[in-house]
Amino acid sequence: MTHFPDTRRSLVTAVKSGDGDERARALETLAEAYWRPVYTYVRLKGGLQHDEAADLTQEFFARLVEKDWLARFDASRTRLRTYLRVLVDGLVANESKARNRLKRGGGIKVLSLDLEAVRREVEERRSSGERSPEDFFEREWVRSVFSLAVTRLRDRTTASGQEKRFGVFSAFDLEEAVGSADARPSYQDLALRFGMTVVDVTNQLAAARRDFRRIILDLLRELTVSDAEFRAEARALFGVEPPA
Amino acid sequence: MRLKDAALDRLRDAVRTPDLSGTRYRLVGPVAAGGMGAVYEVEDEVLKRRLALKVVDVPLDGETPAQALLGEAEVLARLEHPGLVPVHDAGRLPDGRAFYAMKLVRGERLDVHLARVPLLPERLRLFLRVCEPVAFANSNGVVHRDLKPSNVMVGPFGEVLVLDWGLARSVEAREFGDASGTPGFMAPEQAAGGPVDERADVFGLGALLGAMVRVPPAPFQPKALEAIVVRATAPDRSDRYPDVPALAADVTRLLDGERVEAHAEGPLERAGRLLRRHRVAVGLVAAYLLTRGLFILFRR
Repeated sequence: MTHFPDTRRSLVTAVKSGDGDERARALETLAEAYWRPVYTYVRLKGGLQHDEAADLTQEFFARLVEKDWLARFDASRTRLRTYLRVLVDGLVANESKARNRLKRGGGIKVLSLDLEAVRREVEERRSSGERSPEDFFEREWVRSVFSLAVTRLRDRTTASGQEKRFGVFSAFDLEEAVGSADARPSYQDLALRFGMTVVDVTNQLAAARRDFRRIILDLLRELTVSDAEFRAEARALFGVEPPA
Repeated sequence: MRLKDAALDRLRDAVRTPDLSGTRYRLVGPVAAGGMGAVYEVEDEVLKRRLALKVVDVPLDGETPAQALLGEAEVLARLEHPGLVPVHDAGRLPDGRAFYAMKLVRGERLDVHLARVPLLPERLRLFLRVCEPVAFANSNGVVHRDLKPSNVMVGPFGEVLVLDWGLARSVEAREFGDASGTPGFMAPEQAAGGPVDERADVFGLGALLGAMVRVPPAPFQPKALEAIVVRATAPDRSDRYPDVPALAADVTRLLDGERVEAHAEGPLERAGRLLRRHRVAVGLVAAYLLTRGLFILFRR
């Protein structure tokens, strides 16, 4: 039986590392995985404007480090993302105090990322009254994990000279379809586009998806603390919806 | 990188869908989903037939659900019975997920099917057919441990199949510390994580019988039936039927209008049962006596 963690060290542990580089990398990945969910949640739950929510998101990550909030996380009682959301709840509740906060970064370059797209989407969703802030937090968390995994897959395939593999994966699974939202290029189209046979397209796509699944599992190992939490999160992402 | 909703949904589908590349199977679609995995309909491209592929939902090496799934396949492969789904293949898919391929069963769950079986005798006969594969498995040293209406399938020709042997254990294993099962259908010794034997399945079948006559309710439920359920689900397993055939025999006696072992009937109950059992003969005698009486009356 595989015991957690096997090859990957949990970010929660790495954040407390004595090694400065390891700590910085862990914080960066943690922030990458959570800044979108936190920003979205702060906007919807706290009813804040973009600038205020962006500041509060920055504030959250700063405090996470300064107050050593992760040290109090108990994986036997809850999932990390639920724990973090509860912490954000507290921060939002104290928002009036936080309005007077100094703008700080805590050493994390969170907001250099594309906040504009998130801002637009949150405003659209908020005006349409869809979903609760908690649902948004969950959805944004999944989006962050998958986005990180896509970036890692792209970096790995590029480093190993397998750009076509990522190209096929991207064209079939990522690119915005033209016309219908469900339309995808056919394997024949992809074979012509990438100069390979249809069988190669099938194989490259299957291999890319296999790598993608492994990367997601690796990420989940990093983003969770206990074996049980890891399995619960993996099941949440991989679990099959019952047919209608 | 920020994924758009459509891409995110496609990727979630892609990671959930089992990777059948390089295998003999082609995905047709999902059939059912459970706690640890899902069942898909697939086309076996070598033998050109449709099969069901049961797959754990997370591609992890050596994890417990995968071991349980492969253990289930092993158990089913050992047991050949018309009431059990035959297994054709088992192993790991290219993405690491454990799977096994089995006959594709079309039909409906017992709890759904019961809505169309209003009469008690029909339900009891259905129950007896559930008992058959369980008794067979028990006689081969295997205990199901998770008998409940949703784990029984009734096919279009009335065939009854007992599914989901994921919790099945060898009687000899006598394991401790595994309290898996379904509350309400799980024997107390199983819930306590203690060793189990075929009497755990007697309990499960007793609970199943109770559910079969309750939901939706059968119109007439004799006290003897209640006594059978009570005995089969006795908290202390030494008070239960010793095995599934003994339980089935008592249900058969009830169906045949004979006295059941689990119930001490009173004189009136006994008379009622005998009247029901011999209603044709009683009817003929009554008709004879009535005719005779009328004949005597009119002769005067």
